Amino acid sequence: MSILVDKNTKVIVQGLTGKTGTFHTEQALAYYGTKMVAGVHPKKGGQTWENGVEGAAELPIFASVAEAKEKTGATASVIYVPPVGAGAAIEEAIDAEVPFIVCITEGIPVMDMVRVKAKLDKSKSRLLGPNCPGVLTPEECKIGIMPGSIFKKGSVGVVSRSGTLTYEAVFQTTNAGLGQTTAVGIGGDPVKGTEFIDILEMFLADDATESIIMIGEIGGSAEEDAAQFLADEKKKGRWKPTVGFIAGRTAPPGRTMGHAGAVISGGKGGAEDKIAAMEKAGIVVSPSPAKLGDTLVEVLKG
Amino acid sequence: MNIHEYQAKAVLKEYGAPVAAGVMITSVDEAEAAAKKLPGPLYVVKSQIHAGGRGKGRFKELGEDAKGGVRLAKSVEDVVANAKEMLGHTLVTKQTGPAGKVVNRLYIEDGADIARELYLSLLVDRSTGRVAFVASTEGGMDIETVAEETPDKILTLPIDPLSGVSDADAAKLAEALELEAPAKDEFGQLARILYKAFSDEDMSLLEINPLIVMKDGHLRVLDAKVSFDGNALFRHPEIVELRDKTEEDAKEIEASEHDLAYVALTGDIGCMVNGAGLAMATMDIIKLYGAEPANFLDVGGGASKEKVTAAFKIITADPNVKGILINIFGGIMRCDVIAEGVIAAVKEVGLTVPLVVRLEGTNVALGKKIIEESGLNVIAADDLDDAAKKIVQAVKG
Repeated sequence: MSILVDKNTKVIVQGLTGKTGTFHTEQALAYYGTKMVAGVHPKKGGQTWENGVEGAAELPIFASVAEAKEKTGATASVIYVPPVGAGAAIEEAIDAEVPFIVCITEGIPVMDMVRVKAKLDKSKSRLLGPNCPGVLTPEECKIGIMPGSIFKKGSVGVVSRSGTLTYEAVFQTTNAGLGQTTAVGIGGDPVKGTEFIDILEMFLADDATESIIMIGEIGGSAEEDAAQFLADEKKKGRWKPTVGFIAGRTAPPGRTMGHAGAVISGGKGGAEDKIAAMEKAGIVVSPSPAKLGDTLVEVLKG
Repeated sequence: MNIHEYQAKAVLKEYGAPVAAGVMITSVDEAEAAAKKLPGPLYVVKSQIHAGGRGKGRFKELGEDAKGGVRLAKSVEDVVANAKEMLGHTLVTKQTGPAGKVVNRLYIEDGADIARELYLSLLVDRSTGRVAFVASTEGGMDIETVAEETPDKILTLPIDPLSGVSDADAAKLAEALELEAPAKDEFGQLARILYKAFSDEDMSLLEINPLIVMKDGHLRVLDAKVSFDGNALFRHPEIVELRDKTEEDAKEIEASEHDLAYVALTGDIGCMVNGAGLAMATMDIIKLYGAEPANFLDVGGGASKEKVTAAFKIITADPNVKGILINIFGGIMRCDVIAEGVIAAVKEVGLTVPLVVRLEGTNVALGKKIIEESGLNVIAADDLDDAAKKIVQAVKG
C-alpha cells in the first residue's frame, strides 16, 4: 500500500506546455508509466502535447481543468504555472472538484494563498504544497519533481517541508535497504494545503508503512503540532517508530532562510523548541541530516 | 522587504489611518524648516533605520549618558540640536548587532500627549492560513517579552478573508485593548483600514507599537513597522520604490540580483547548496563538526552555469571565508551543470581556499568526472557527512 497516489492515479498537468511542465511530465511518464492523462492551457485547448518518452502517447490539451477532468476521469492535478497565475490555477482545480491538487510553484504571494485556503476549506479537494517537490510512491506514481532514481519500494513513510532534504531521507533509506512506501513534500510556504498531521495520520493508517521519517525546519509551529498529534495517538495505542530532523539550528532569528516559511519570528519557530517537542513525543531526532537512515536502522533494531 | 517608519506611516495615511504630521530629513540644514512646518510645541526626533529598539539604542560616537535614537524636543532649536547629534552617527540597538547602523535619515514628528500605550499588529497566521490581529494592552514593550511573561494579555484573532473585519471582531479587539469612548468608537474603522492596507499592499507584517490613546481620548498610530511579501512585489512597483539599499548587506543585494537566496553570517565556511532545507541543514552540520558557516546560500532548483558562477563569486568575495563547501543533491538540478559552473567560476576568480564538493542525484557520475578531469584542486566528498568533516578539517587544519 501507499498514501495519496498509486498506480491508478490519473494526473492532469496545469502548465504542461512550459519548459518546467514539459521536462517533469516526461520524467513522470518515464517513471513506471505514471498515468499522466492530459494538459490544461486556456489558449491551447484542442492541441496535443508531444513528448520524447519511448512508448508514451501524446497527451490531449484541454482549455479548462473542468473539461480535462470530465474527459479523462483524472483524479489529480499537478500545477507548474508561474507564481503570478498559480493561485488562480489552484482555484480553478478546486472549482473543478479535482480530488487531489499538487502545486509545485515557488513564490506565490501569501495573500493569494490566504484566498486559496479559504476556498479550499469549503471544498472536498486536498491541496499539497505549494512550493513543494510533490509526492512519489515508488514503482507506481510520481507527481512533481523528485528524482525517481533514488527511490526503492519499501516500508518507510517520508514527509518533509524541504525538497532536497526529502531526497536525503529517501536516498539514505534506500541505501539502508529499507525503501519507501510514499515520500511527500508538504512545501516550504507559510500557508499551505497539507500539514504534517494530515500526512502522519495517513502513514499511521497505512499498513505497508512500518516507520516514518519526518523532516521539519524553522518557522511556525507545525512540527510542535505534529509531535503533539503523535503523542496523543500513541496514548491510543497507535504508534510507528519515527525519526526526525529539524533544519535551521544555526539560522539567525528574523531572517528568512530561502523558504518563505523558514523564519524565526517573535522568538517563535526556533529549532530547539521543535526538537524538544518531537523528542518528548518519542520521535528520535537525528542531530545530523546525514544520519537519517542510520538513525532509523538503529531505532528499528530497538 | 522592509521600509522605514516614515514610509510606513505615509502608506497607512493613504488608507486613512490616524498618524501624526511629520517631515523626513537627511541633513541638519533641513531640520529647522522641518520643525517649523509642524504645530509644536512638542516634537519627536526619530532615527530612521531598519531595526527596532531605537529608543533604548545608543550612539557609538556619543558619550554613555547621551540620549537614544528617539528623542523628545521642546523647541525648534532643540530639534536642530538633536538632529546634529544624531545624523551621520552610528546607532546600536539590540537588533542591529554591535556594529550598529548609521543614521542617514531622521523623521521629525509632531509630539503627542500620551494617555495609554497599546500594541496592535497584523500578520499571516500559519495555523489558520488567515490574516490575524494581535492585540495587547502592553504597548511600548517587546511583544516577545509580553508573550513570555503575561501571555494572557495577548489576543490573537484570525479574520475570515471572505467577510473581512466584522463588527464582532472589532468589538473583541477593542475589549482586549480595554478601549473607552471615543477611542472605542474609532477603533472599528481603524481595524478595517489596517486590514485593507495589509491585504491590498501584500504586507507580511504590520506592527503598531505603540498604538496610543491620547489625552483627548483619540487613537493615534505612534510607531509603525511594515514588511512586505517579497513574492508579491511584482504587483506593487510603488512599494519597490521605497526600498533603501543602504540598509541592506551589499552581498545580499548582489545575490538578489542573481535570484539567489543568500543570508550573510559570521563564520568562516562558505556554503553553496541547492534547496533551502538542505542549505540550512548544511550550515547545521558544519556547526555540528565544530565550525561556523559564513553564509546561507540556496542556488535554487534550476540554477544555470551563470548563476552558479555568480554564487561562487559572492562567496569568495567575503574576506571571512577560509573554506568552501558545495553541497548539491540534484533533482531538477543536474550535477554536470553544477560542475561546469564551479569550474568556470574557479577559472574566472581563482581559488585561494580549500574547496570541498559533494554531488549526488541526477547526472552525478558525469558531474564527478567533469570535476576530476578539470585538474582543479577540489576535494571530493562521498556524502554530506564526509563533506562536512573534510571542509572543517581543511579549515581548522
